[in-house]
Amino acid sequence: MKMSELKRTPLFEIYKEYGAKTIDFGGWELPVQFSSIKEEHEAVRTKAGLFDVSHMGEIEVKGTGTLEFLQKMLTNDVSKIKTGGAQYSAMCYENGGTVDDLLVYKLEDGHYLLVVNAANIEKDFEWLKRHLDENVEMNNLSEQMAQLAFQGPLAEEVLQKLIPETNLNEIGFFKFRYDVNINGKKALVSRTGYTGEDGFEIYCDASDAPVLWKEILEAGREFGVLPCGLGARDTLRFEANLALYGQELSPEISPLEAGIGFAVKLSKETDFIGKEALKQQKENGVPRKLVGVEMIDRGIPRHGYPVYKGDVKIGEITTGTQSPTLKKNIGLALIKAEEAELGNEVEIEIRGKRLKAVISPIPFYKREKQQGGK
Amino acid sequence: MNTPKELRYSEEHEWVKVEGNKVRVGITDFAQSELGDIVFVELPEAGDKVTVNEPFGSVESVKTVSELYAPISGKVVEVNEELNDNPEFVNESPYEKAWMIVIEPSDISEVDNLMTAEQYEEMIKED
Repeated sequence: MKMSELKRTPLFEIYKEYGAKTIDFGGWELPVQFSSIKEEHEAVRTKAGLFDVSHMGEIEVKGTGTLEFLQKMLTNDVSKIKTGGAQYSAMCYENGGTVDDLLVYKLEDGHYLLVVNAANIEKDFEWLKRHLDENVEMNNLSEQMAQLAFQGPLAEEVLQKLIPETNLNEIGFFKFRYDVNINGKKALVSRTGYTGEDGFEIYCDASDAPVLWKEILEAGREFGVLPCGLGARDTLRFEANLALYGQELSPEISPLEAGIGFAVKLSKETDFIGKEALKQQKENGVPRKLVGVEMIDRGIPRHGYPVYKGDVKIGEITTGTQSPTLKKNIGLALIKAEEAELGNEVEIEIRGKRLKAVISPIPFYKREKQQGGK
Repeated sequence: MNTPKELRYSEEHEWVKVEGNKVRVGITDFAQSELGDIVFVELPEAGDKVTVNEPFGSVESVKTVSELYAPISGKVVEVNEELNDNPEFVNESPYEKAWMIVIEPSDISEVDNLMTAEQYEEMIKED
């Protein structure tokens, strides 16, 4: 693919002003970093960082049959979401493999917004359309909506400066307001994120995004807020054990194997696609489990590296790096369930060499106290 | 971008400094800036043989692994062990503190095949 064919977000034109280095990320030309992955990572853990995540997809679903339709398509219990609430969920194939993981926002009765992974927008839309019920209407809003993620312990304080009319402290964890006035621009603001820190995701009209980006960074300057790229987004979500589709989740990996069983409600009243397969996995025990690994020998585990116990290959690394927070060489690995016990010593093949590692607790990072919200 | 005039350069972004009948090798300022924060350096041991254009080690940033390619054939006579504990030297001081290995070339005239600073600067401009 030539660079000119890569998709760009509404913020592409101003990346350069902030020193962005861009890469091809699943067909999108996106910033991998602005200053340095380590500095950006540190900013989000200790102050706050701003991410352009406008590549994410937004699908609006509405009509009187919407709740029943989403209950059929998604693994979590959509009936539990109240208006103004958000829920993390998965969408599965009949065999229990994962179509995508997503956030579901309930705007009002019979009116929801699904936020899906960029690389899956078309696949998800087609999959949903194939199973569409009467009295349900779907709109792909991905092109007209932009999304900024503003994450870190100081995110609320900084963002509040731009929002005189809404008290952000009233937006609880996984709650949102859809009509927030940010310096004259209307946005949906939710207390959600993908970094393991407190923070917000801000959905706005694509044309408002560049100004909003500048205003937030300007308001955050005195606090040490940095623009952040996908590199830091990946290390942050990895330390917090938040799954990335294509690595921890895929058509070959079920949500139960990936450790997001909390988003699979086998006991909800309605049947959903993949329920039978997932029920069997639950009853018979999952064949594979997602675990943490920490290197004992010198080396860094990376996506795709094989994991061995003795001579037997027991799985693969799904994500790995040197953790910027912990300074340890760690990874997530999907391995045979019987080898998943904490403390089990395994070997990881790194460029032809078998190096020792140990199964370790996840998440690697958990913030000490819940800030803000209710 | 810093490209010292007295060094020679390979297409794989290694620099070479001739010191008598030996050469000192590291990666360029351009290379470290493209790679970002270096967190891990893997080097051969003294006594190992290296072959021109073949990998002799690797550097890893937070996000990626990159192979290091020997700019010249010969025997490794010295290794910068300090990079084990201080991989960030590669970012901070690519031409001084972050030298990687010293090679005793089997044919020192191979150095002439490498680029001059001007040629290397020309090459990275085209990238």
